[in-house]
Amino acid sequence: MAGAEGDDSLYPIAVLIDELRNEDVQLRLNSIKKLSTIALALGVERTRTELLPFLTDTIYDEDEVLLALAEQLGSFTVLVGGPEFVHCLLPPLESLATVEETVVRDKAVESLRKISQEHSPVDLEVHFVPLVKRLASGDWFTSRTSACGLFGVCYPRVSSTVKAEIRQHFRTLCSDDTPMVRRAASSKLGEFAKVLELDYVKSDIIPLFTALASDEQDSVRLLAVEAGVSIAALLPQEDLEDLVMPTLRQAAEDKSWRVRYMVADKFSELQKAVGPEITKNDLVPAFQNLLKDCEAEVRTAAANKVKVFCESLPEDSRETIIMTHILPCVKELVSDTNQHVKSALASVIMGLSTILGKDNTVEHLLPLFLVQLKDEYPEVRLNIISNLDCVNEVIGIRQLSQSLLPAIVELAEDAKWRVRLAIIEYMPLLAGQLGVEFFDEKLNSLCMAWLIDHVYAIREAATCNLMKLVEKFGAEWAQNTIVPKVLGMANDSNYLHRMTTLFCINALSEVCGQEITTKHMLPVVLKMSTDQVANVRFNVARCLQKIGPVLDSSALQAEVKPVLEKLATDQDMDVKYFALEAISVLALA
Amino acid sequence: METPTKLPPSSPSSPTTGFSVPSAEKVDGFPRRSMRRARQRRSHSSSQFRYQSSQVELTPLPLLKDAPVAELHDLFCKKLQQCCVLFDFLDCVADLKGKEIKRAALNELVESVATSRGVLIEPLYPEAIKMISVNIFRTLPPSENPEFDPEEDEPALEASWPHLQLVYEFFLRFLESPDFQPSLAKRYVDQKFVLQLLELFDSEDPREREYLKTILHRVYGKLLGLRAYIRKQINNIFLRFIYETERFNGVAELLEILGSIINGFALPLKSEHKQFLVRVLIPLHTAKSLSIFHAQLAYCVVQFMEKDATVTEHIIRGLLRYWPKTCTQKEVMFLGEIEEILDVIEPSQFIRVQEPLFKQIAACISSPHFQVAERALYFWNNEYILSLIEENCQVILPLVFGTLYRVSKEHWNQTIISLIYNVLKTFMEMNSKLFDDLTSSYKVEKQNEIFRL
Repeated sequence: MAGAEGDDSLYPIAVLIDELRNEDVQLRLNSIKKLSTIALALGVERTRTELLPFLTDTIYDEDEVLLALAEQLGSFTVLVGGPEFVHCLLPPLESLATVEETVVRDKAVESLRKISQEHSPVDLEVHFVPLVKRLASGDWFTSRTSACGLFGVCYPRVSSTVKAEIRQHFRTLCSDDTPMVRRAASSKLGEFAKVLELDYVKSDIIPLFTALASDEQDSVRLLAVEAGVSIAALLPQEDLEDLVMPTLRQAAEDKSWRVRYMVADKFSELQKAVGPEITKNDLVPAFQNLLKDCEAEVRTAAANKVKVFCESLPEDSRETIIMTHILPCVKELVSDTNQHVKSALASVIMGLSTILGKDNTVEHLLPLFLVQLKDEYPEVRLNIISNLDCVNEVIGIRQLSQSLLPAIVELAEDAKWRVRLAIIEYMPLLAGQLGVEFFDEKLNSLCMAWLIDHVYAIREAATCNLMKLVEKFGAEWAQNTIVPKVLGMANDSNYLHRMTTLFCINALSEVCGQEITTKHMLPVVLKMSTDQVANVRFNVARCLQKIGPVLDSSALQAEVKPVLEKLATDQDMDVKYFALEAISVLALA
Repeated sequence: METPTKLPPSSPSSPTTGFSVPSAEKVDGFPRRSMRRARQRRSHSSSQFRYQSSQVELTPLPLLKDAPVAELHDLFCKKLQQCCVLFDFLDCVADLKGKEIKRAALNELVESVATSRGVLIEPLYPEAIKMISVNIFRTLPPSENPEFDPEEDEPALEASWPHLQLVYEFFLRFLESPDFQPSLAKRYVDQKFVLQLLELFDSEDPREREYLKTILHRVYGKLLGLRAYIRKQINNIFLRFIYETERFNGVAELLEILGSIINGFALPLKSEHKQFLVRVLIPLHTAKSLSIFHAQLAYCVVQFMEKDATVTEHIIRGLLRYWPKTCTQKEVMFLGEIEEILDVIEPSQFIRVQEPLFKQIAACISSPHFQVAERALYFWNNEYILSLIEENCQVILPLVFGTLYRVSKEHWNQTIISLIYNVLKTFMEMNSKLFDDLTSSYKVEKQNEIFRL
């Protein structure tokens, strides 16, 4: 090989090594992120024989660099010569899978899972499985933790003897004496169960599940809950009662609120996994207890599930169960002491009306909605209002309108601007459902009042709201109700209000159409071009630019052009700038 | 750092739940203070009372001091059983009579264990431990405040403290009693007991953690069979804190206990202990809430060095590896710890770490944050450190010279500039030849740079 050529081909790796030793972390990071380019330059063989050993041996670095490396190696298969050589990637990933930093380790495991699929069945047994075993029997908890995530990906593709070994290793890790490893095993139990043969699920997984679900540490127990859901979905109905239900029942009444929280949080999945019969007999009482739990956290999680739970109840007994068992608990939650509980309930309670139908909604749910609409916490009221559409479909919103109004008015005038902002966002929805008449009578004045709010974000949202209302109610409505009021503000003594007129015109011109814009809005805008406040004048220029496309060309030439030309000679820099910009955009020069 | 496994939030505002995040944030621009106050007013729930359906009515028993000797133990036992009844302190007017009877009984038990001899006979051990377990072991309630900041916020205090304190006091007196026999106690104070005890260190109530600290220390001192187990479980708590949750209220207290445990380690250090240093204590420096337990942590680290100087290099290189990159407050803490370490470092060990160490110190001196620069420059006021620098002037001065020279011209803060002048003066006096050489080569280098531009 010619000397020069040899030097050339060494160059990339030399640069890499140089940069990997640089003191600046950012440079090291950059060089790791370019790893695939370097590998490509080196070719597959030298990547295998030089680059990978170098990475395996010399890497001891900042977690950021290791994280980037772990991620890169996951998509390196092609660069080492394809599936046939993919096992070359195992050594560096193995050492990354033993690092303390969780993020790095998880990424290494993710990459290992990815490349495990690229191993041939033989390579899997010869190279990959031994690695998993080494990790599983490592000294320090980190490698054992990583191993937990790898059993599931190799199990389906190995011989039955190796399968038996893998099951044995998993069993061992489930009773590891460090809680970190038991947590990892517990969180992977469901995934592992899915790839096991049903007989082994019954003979191996169930005892492990039972043990983990009664671990001395609640952090292990709560992870077993999720596994329980996965396992329940795998078993035939007739085995559920004996194999998983005792443990799940116990979890729903665990002394630690974290475990109960987890049960509440996974309740819909659980319901789906165990089927209608067990739901009726077991889950209904369990759900009632969770809704009445002594910890607000648990009640909140359960309250969030009320609608989904009721929806998925078996149809034949749905209504009876809801009316006799669930609704009484819901009634209590409406006046819970904790705002998060009430707010969670408020975000789903309206959904019950579709399930229960018109009569029940009017008789039982409506009173609850009304209580929540008067709740002391704005979030609860907002959650009710934001879900009005569900009720509208069932009983129509009229039933609620008398109570809605005070609630809306109160939120509209709330001292906190974010509350006001939130209610503005629901205005178009409310307007659509309450109808134009009700709106004109009761809500229009609120919408106009927001235009002169002292917070800009509210004025801005109010402007946008007007546009959406016009989209709903049409241009004629706009002309009769809001346009006169908006234009009236052009004579306000406060320049901020005068600017709001311009912003409204910006938003409304298009939806109102050419006629209204030319006849009513344009004269006002043009008149404002002589305003004494420069901010108003340059906003006139911007406004003209915005509404220009809506106007016809005669109006543009005859009315807009002279005004913009005059503004272009204004003494204020910004006014000039925006006037010139408008002239060029509207092609009036 | 992220948790490897999905844990439920310990509070209503953790990002994993749908309901929580938007709650106040979405609705309210300035929620934190007002919300906190509102939450603190909320009654503090306690999972303890979940399964106590029927409350037992207590009737006062005769006083221990009036009891005839023959009946003393029997009465003591009855009182212990009486104290197993739990009361609801959230409802502060509920069952006042019962609460008072229990309080009086606990007081008597404390008094009796503390003062009279011969009370603690074998049959009382299981009863006493049962009474203690029933009262103190409970699932701690969710934190009232999701972003609880131990430095800023008021901790949530345990409502049942009037009884709980007496139970802890009793436990402590029990352990400290001259009659206490470890060989009997170890049957009841077992691994499971200790594990539950350790979990209580997460209590937000500092009064409770204070008692737990003293109690665990006594248990460690008296029940030798549990020592290794206790150390291992503390390890696990710390590792979980560092790599999984970053939440645990009792880190400082556990470190304080460890400080005295390390002090008693036999030499040469077992590899288990070295591993604890390198894999647990050093990584603890990465925690966000370092300021809460830094003093105790630094103490432990220095204890290790004083035990065995050969761990010095591990420590210094570990600290350099985890050196804070953006948090200046932590940087100042690290510098403080380095000074504590240098105060007791052996000169032979100093030589092994001086290069990377002084590169970092130079970087600190050039920090635009004056407290960081100032803290680093204070090293030159420490006589022992100064003597180490002087002995190794040939190595150290070239490492810091460029920085000192540049910062002395550029720093915005006058105090820093005058401190640097003092340091430069010290160096000049230490080795004027080297100083002059470095000055002239620095100037040449500057010149060259200008030329190149």
